[in-house]
Amino acid sequence: MTWEAVIGLEIHAQLKTASKMFCGCATTYGAEPNRQTCPVCLGLPGSLPAVNRRAVELAATLGLAVGADVHRRSVFARKNYFYPDLPKGYQISQSEHPLCTGGAVSIATDAGAKDVRLERIHLEEDAGKSSHAAGGSLVDLNRAGTPLVEIVSRPDMRSPDEAIAYMKAVHGLVRWLGVSDGNMEEGSLRCDANVSVRRPGEPFGVRTELKNINSFRYVGQAIRYEMKRQIAALEAGEVLRQETRTWDPPSGTSVFLRTKETSEDYRYFPEPDLPPLRLDDALLDAVEAALPELPGARADRLVDDLGLPPYDAGVLTADRALADWFEACVTGLQGPDREARAKLLSNWTMGEVLRRLKEDGIEPADLPLDVAGLVRLVDLVHGKAISHPIAKQVFDVLWTEGGDPEAIVDARGWRQVSDAGPIDDAVRAVIADHPAELERYLGGKKKLFGFFMGRTMGRLEGKANPKVVTERLRAALSDLES
Amino acid sequence: MNLRALGADLRAGATTSRALTLRALDAAEATTTGAFLTVDREGALAAADVADAGLAQGADHGPLHGVPVAVKDNLCTEGLQTTCGSRFLEGWIAPYDATVVAKLRAAGAVVVGKTNMDEFAMGSSNENSAYGPVRHPVDPTRVPGGSSGGSAVAVASGIVPLALGSDTGGSVRQPAALCGVVGLRPTYGRVSRSGLIAFASSLDQVGPVASDVAGAAALYDVIAGPDPLDSTASERPPAHALEAALAPGTEPLRVGLPTQYLDGLTSEARSVLDAALAVPGFEVVPVDLPHTEYAVATYYVLASAEASSNLARFDGIRYGNRVQAEGASLQDVYLDSRTAGFGPEVQRRIMLGTFALSAGFFEAYFGKADRARRAIAADFTAAFEDVDLIASLTSPTTAFPLGARTADPLAMYLSDIFTIPSALAGLPSISVPVGEDDAGLPWGLQLTAPAFAEAPLFAAAARVEASR
Repeated sequence: MTWEAVIGLEIHAQLKTASKMFCGCATTYGAEPNRQTCPVCLGLPGSLPAVNRRAVELAATLGLAVGADVHRRSVFARKNYFYPDLPKGYQISQSEHPLCTGGAVSIATDAGAKDVRLERIHLEEDAGKSSHAAGGSLVDLNRAGTPLVEIVSRPDMRSPDEAIAYMKAVHGLVRWLGVSDGNMEEGSLRCDANVSVRRPGEPFGVRTELKNINSFRYVGQAIRYEMKRQIAALEAGEVLRQETRTWDPPSGTSVFLRTKETSEDYRYFPEPDLPPLRLDDALLDAVEAALPELPGARADRLVDDLGLPPYDAGVLTADRALADWFEACVTGLQGPDREARAKLLSNWTMGEVLRRLKEDGIEPADLPLDVAGLVRLVDLVHGKAISHPIAKQVFDVLWTEGGDPEAIVDARGWRQVSDAGPIDDAVRAVIADHPAELERYLGGKKKLFGFFMGRTMGRLEGKANPKVVTERLRAALSDLES
Repeated sequence: MNLRALGADLRAGATTSRALTLRALDAAEATTTGAFLTVDREGALAAADVADAGLAQGADHGPLHGVPVAVKDNLCTEGLQTTCGSRFLEGWIAPYDATVVAKLRAAGAVVVGKTNMDEFAMGSSNENSAYGPVRHPVDPTRVPGGSSGGSAVAVASGIVPLALGSDTGGSVRQPAALCGVVGLRPTYGRVSRSGLIAFASSLDQVGPVASDVAGAAALYDVIAGPDPLDSTASERPPAHALEAALAPGTEPLRVGLPTQYLDGLTSEARSVLDAALAVPGFEVVPVDLPHTEYAVATYYVLASAEASSNLARFDGIRYGNRVQAEGASLQDVYLDSRTAGFGPEVQRRIMLGTFALSAGFFEAYFGKADRARRAIAADFTAAFEDVDLIASLTSPTTAFPLGARTADPLAMYLSDIFTIPSALAGLPSISVPVGEDDAGLPWGLQLTAPAFAEAPLFAAAARVEASR
């Protein structure tokens, strides 16, 4: 009998605000240690927190986008524990009354779309950063007080792949909404995973909390490792204990931290320095009005309006900047054959555009390609004015230099040749130049058709319409056979 | 030494801020009461000169202009040591001014120094200061009350006309009463707590101590009001208290005497109370505050719970006292630094508060205390439907001998039995001197008003003061 995983994720996403959660210090990454600090985020005696309104708006935006209940009244609470990078000796978080409850995030699975339900989304502040060296430990409090949302899923995932898909979906969504930059290398998005295994249909097993997972790859690796560990123990007849482990990427294993019995008592209580957080109509209305079309809705529209395959729509809406760019291209599609040309645009975007972005290490938001340029290029391809190989060369010119595709084509003499005259001339010349190959072809080596095709296209400098060349070449060769 | 007389002399050119300040500095350094922990001669004289120059140029910042004031040592003062009465913060210099201190400076007041206090404001006798006790100005064998004992004594012994204290469960009012000066606990949220080193955040309020009601009102007017740095500070603009104190009127007031507060009062105390309320226009009626008996226990659970969290930042890592033995672990540094840095009362309350918040006990202690607090607040709301003010003695006794209650924390906690309920309810209460006992030790009358009714409260206090 097989085992099934039961997985819930707690994702921490850094909110894209200019200043910290409870003070005016900047949140810029990579500043000199302890420079972006003030009495509040240093936890100096007498300092008090004041809530960053922008952080509340961003968290409410995420709540609305996942269909959660965004509460008009929520309560900050103190989570008490001692650690050198936690300046106040407590973290201001939300406990009993979080900002959002409920909602769901849709993921794609082998069995189709699936909703991962959310337990809650709450606001909190980040701790600082400790680094441990031989001579002692260093603390950088630049990150202390950075605004975070913690997104807690219900235990709805059943495989590492589903967990990866969920983490990717959340990552894509927070970026789409502009709620977080989702930069995982800088720690802007990280997660803890609650993992247990069971025989399908049985009640939930004893779970492990895995901490310190900061990439899509690690979430899969860590869960797979944990499943193996739990299954081996259960199959050996052991009884699992509820424990917390930390993922250790270099060794590809998890390391035991503590059991539930020895876990810290955080002594949560309502934060007396902050009154309950109240969202008024004005704030909620503004957040709702500013809510962008969500990726799912955008993808549906691409399918419905343009007849694009759902696969294309999914790829094109994985990133909001890319989706917006594509949308702008589509707006430029006038005249007949709109759907066919839209599909061509989609092919070019998913193919050449994404390839070049990746090769050049450019974010979609900084896409250098002029919208009108790609539309004109697609028109030229669609109208068979240029061949596909030529189109790729035009694309490269557009990418690096810009300009008008037609002018590029004309200036370089790249217009596609479809006239029988010049093509027949080339076919005759190629056949005349290769008597040995011709003899073998006529002797039955039909594969050599490709050889003649290539030579003819080359002689025409790639500008010839391949369909016409094929026709004319076939005709010429069959004349010789008869 | 009262504020109005000083102000008149200053503006008539009969004295200067420099002269007043020099006199205050000399007295602060000379006093044997232990009222001051830090005296800032250089800073004070510089501020006095600025104030004098301002007055000469016609730039008058109001009643506090050029007046020497003392500040309790749990309020941050930029560039000047702030110890909170604790070894832990010995030598710690805040990089910023508390909002109330900044407001004092903006009003032209001259900060002459920082006053002694019970460590982290935990105490009712000023015997819990790590820097030694404060002694009563009338009888040095007695306590001045606490925790703002230094501020009360600084005013009572005439060193300064005004001082800032802080009140969590009675820490302004009780020492004001025991020392024979005026002390106000404002409505919770009326005065910014930014820069006040927290004891119990939901209860702490900064309050004025003064030699008379008008002085307290003038200081209150300067410190009251909204502050973007304190989210618990109310945004409503404060009413002008000095005007109310100077023209208190004569209209009839219904003054409630809680029956629960009268049990166990000595006959002397009772007659002091009755005499104090014999004010023209006051109609004294009994009121019922049925949850009074839970107030002290409720207070010690809630205040200690918050304190246990507020004092977690004193871990020896970033500032303050660090004890790090050779080869010490992180845990050792925490334990040793906190054990050496905190006195016994602070340690007792941290342990009490940590216990009250711990898993399995939270509901039984913090949860229940939180509900009791709301019941106590509801008692006041109901009582104020019938009366304008609620009156009691501020303290059930006059100043007691040093050491009399140190061995018995519960007896000490009962010193605040009349001041704790209005603190839990977040209401404004003022203590006004109303005579002395046979030994010449002062009694104080406490008046409590509905939330944000400081102006009428000052007016009523002025009537009590005037009828003596």
